[in-house]
Amino acid sequence: MTETISMPQPQLAAIAVEKAYRKDKHKVPVLHGIDVEVNKGEFLSIVGQSGSGKSTLMHLFGLLDTPDVGEIYLEGQQIDDLPEHARDQIRNHVFGFIFQFYHLLPELNLLENVLSPLMIRYSTWEYWKKRKQFKQDALEIIEKVGLSHRIKHRPSELSGGEMQRAAIARALIGKPQILLADEPTGNLDSSTGKEIMDLLTNLNEQEQLTIIMVTHDNLIASQAHRTVRLREGQIEVLGKSQSTSVPA
Amino acid sequence: MYKSLLCLRYLRTRYIALASIISMTLGVATMIVVNSVMDGFSTDMRDRLRGILADVIVETNSLDGAPNTQDLKDSIQRAVGKDIEGMTATVEIYAMLSVQYGSEWQSKPVTLIGIDPATKATVGPLSKYLVNTNEASVPDWELSPEAMAYRKEWTTRAQWMVDRWNHNPPPMEEEATPLETPGSTEPLAPPEFDSKPDSDSPFDSKPQVADKENQIANPFDKGLSEKAFGKEEKRDPGSPLKGRVYIGYGLVSFPYEDADTGETKMFQIVKPGDDVKISTVTAGHPPEPTHFNATVVDLFKSEMSEHDSSLVFCNLEYLQEMRGMIAPESDERSITSIQIKLKNPEDAAMVVSKLEEALPAGQFRVRTWEDKQGPLLAAVEVESAILNVLLFLIIAVAGFGILAIFFMITLEKTRDIGILKALGASSNGIMSIFLSYGLALGLVGSGVGVIVGLLFVRYINEIEKFITFITGRKVFDQRIYYFPEIATHVEPMMVFWVALGAMVIAVLASILPARKAARFHPVESLRYE
Repeated sequence: MTETISMPQPQLAAIAVEKAYRKDKHKVPVLHGIDVEVNKGEFLSIVGQSGSGKSTLMHLFGLLDTPDVGEIYLEGQQIDDLPEHARDQIRNHVFGFIFQFYHLLPELNLLENVLSPLMIRYSTWEYWKKRKQFKQDALEIIEKVGLSHRIKHRPSELSGGEMQRAAIARALIGKPQILLADEPTGNLDSSTGKEIMDLLTNLNEQEQLTIIMVTHDNLIASQAHRTVRLREGQIEVLGKSQSTSVPA
Repeated sequence: MYKSLLCLRYLRTRYIALASIISMTLGVATMIVVNSVMDGFSTDMRDRLRGILADVIVETNSLDGAPNTQDLKDSIQRAVGKDIEGMTATVEIYAMLSVQYGSEWQSKPVTLIGIDPATKATVGPLSKYLVNTNEASVPDWELSPEAMAYRKEWTTRAQWMVDRWNHNPPPMEEEATPLETPGSTEPLAPPEFDSKPDSDSPFDSKPQVADKENQIANPFDKGLSEKAFGKEEKRDPGSPLKGRVYIGYGLVSFPYEDADTGETKMFQIVKPGDDVKISTVTAGHPPEPTHFNATVVDLFKSEMSEHDSSLVFCNLEYLQEMRGMIAPESDERSITSIQIKLKNPEDAAMVVSKLEEALPAGQFRVRTWEDKQGPLLAAVEVESAILNVLLFLIIAVAGFGILAIFFMITLEKTRDIGILKALGASSNGIMSIFLSYGLALGLVGSGVGVIVGLLFVRYINEIEKFITFITGRKVFDQRIYYFPEIATHVEPMMVFWVALGAMVIAVLASILPARKAARFHPVESLRYE
C-alpha cells in the first residue's frame, strides 16, 4: 500500500502502524496497518469520517501516542520507541501542532502563548538571556499571522479565527520542520476557515514547511498537494500529488 | 520558565486555592501567638524566679544552719569559683507573720529569709521588686523619709492614746471597735494612709520593742503588749525597730473590684513604717518558739503571686540574733543557705553536680531554682507542647484542604497539561508546576500567617482591651493571672520552624495531585473539550 515516491527518503513515514484503544475490557481497533510517507515541503491532508482514525494517525506522527504495531520514522530514524525525554524534545523541536479547539493556555496572553514552546525548550536562565530575541521573533510571527494588535489579549478575548492564528504562530515559533494540523478549520466559519487555509498554504509554498493536515472536509483537503483517505482504520484512496483528482 | 510563569498565573487567577490556605494562615498565626504568649509567660516567670531565688541554692538540711560560713563559701569558691558571679549567705526559715488590721490580728505562714541586701544584690535584682525603692540603688534597711514621717505620725498618735488611756481608761468596747468592720455590707473603701483616721491606728499594737531575752525565754508571756509599751517610754517611739523586713505585697494586700468603676484595685493594710509581728522557732534542740516585732521598710512585689504571698525578707543579723544562731564564745554566725548566681545560667546542672561532690553529703542540699519551681514551669511546658501538637494538626488539616483543591485544579487543567505536553513539556516539568504551585501557596499562607501572628502578638494587650471593651468582660483578669499585662516573647527560631512546617505540609499535600497531573496522557487530555 506504499506510494511510489521519487525522493529517496521521506521526511516522515508511518510503516504498518496499528493502534487500538481499550475501553473497559473491549479492545477498539482504530488503525489497521497504515503506511503513509510525507516528503519534505509536502502538504498532505488526511481525510476521513469521524472515527476513521485520522486524528490517531496524526497523534502517532506527532509522538503524542505510540503505535501498538509498526514504526514511525523521521528522516530515516525510528522515533516511536525513543525514551520519553527524547520524544518530548522531538515534539518541541520538530513538530508544530495546530488543534481544532486552538488549545491556547487561558492564563497566558497571546504573546506568552506564542512564546510557550521556547519557554519549554530553554531553561529559565537561557530563556532570560535570550528573551529579547525571542520576543522579537514572536512579534514578527504574530505580525505574519496578522495579530499585532492583540498581543496582550487573553485567549478568552479573541475570536475563533484569531485564536487559530495565535495557535499557528505558537506552532511556528520553534521553527518546526513539520506542522501537524488537526481540523484547523473545524471550528470556524467558512470565510475564516479560508483565511486560515490561505495562511497554511502560504507557509507551505513560501517556507517549504511540511504540513500534515487532518480534516473531514473534502473541500479543505483539496487544497493540499496530496490526500490520504482513511476509512475504518485503513487507507481507502490515494491521491497522487496535484495531478490526482480529489473527489469533492 | 513556563513553570514559574504558569505557577504565578495560577496563584493570581485561582482564588479558591487561596481560600484553601486560609486555614493554614490561621493555624500559623495561632501557633505563633500561643507560643509567644506561653514563652512570654515562662520567660517572665523564670526572670522573676531567678531574681528572687538565684540560680543555685546550697541549703543545710538542718534548720540550725551551718556555723562556719566562711569555710562553706571557700569550698564553694574552690569547687566552682570560675562559674560564679555572686553569692550571698541567707537564713531561710518558716515563720508566721502577724499583722494587725483594725482590732483583728491576721496571721499567715511565710518563708522568712534573712538577707544581707548588699550581697543579695549581686545574686539577683532585689531592688527591682521593691515597691518604693529605686531600681538602680542597692537596697538597705533604712526607712525612706516618707516612711519615717508616717511612722512618726502614727507612733505619736498612739503614744497620745496610750497616755490618755493611762490617765483615764475608757471602756474597752468603744475603743476596740474599729471604724471599718470586716464583714459589713458596705464595700471597703480604699485605704488612705496619709490621712489615716485616729481610730484606724490600733493604739495597743504598733510600737513595740522586742525584748530578746524575755521573748526567747517566755515567748507567750501574757500582757506582752503592755510590757512592750513599758519599754517604749525609754526610747524614741518614732525611730524604727531593730528588726526590719521587706514584706511580700500579696501578704498585706487584697484585690477588690471598685463598685463604681469596676476596676480592680488593691487594698493594702500595711505600708512602709508600720510594724509587724513575726513568730518562728529558734535554732537548737528542741526548737523553741520565738517571736519579735519588725518595722516594714518596703513592700516586695515580684508579680509572682506565689512569692509575693509567701516571702518576707528580714535583716540577716537580727534574724540570727533572734534565732540564737550566734555562738556565744566565738561570735560565729550560722546560716542555712547560700544563694549563688552563675555567670551562665545554662551551667546550673553542671555546677550542682560539682557542688554535690565538693560539699559533705548529708549536711547540704544543692538545688537549682528550677528544681524548686520545677512543677510550675514543667506544667507550662507540657501545656505548650500539647497546644503545639493540636495546632499543628490544624495546619495538617489545612494540608488536606490543599490536597483536595489541588486535585480539582489538576482536573480543571487537564487540557492545559495536554497542551503543554504536546508542546514538548516533560512529565517532570508538569509535576514541578504543581509542586511549585503548592510551595507558592504554602509561602503565601505561612507568610500571611506569620505577619498576622506577629502583629497580633505585638498588639495583644490593645486587642485584649478592645475585646474587653466590646464584650464588657475582662479577658485577661489581673486578679487571676497576676501579671499586669500579657507577657509575650517571640522566639525567631520558633517562627521559622512554624512557617517551614506549614510550607512543607503544603508541598507534601501537592505531591499526589502533581504526580497525577504528570501522568496524564497527552492524547486523553486533549481529546475532550
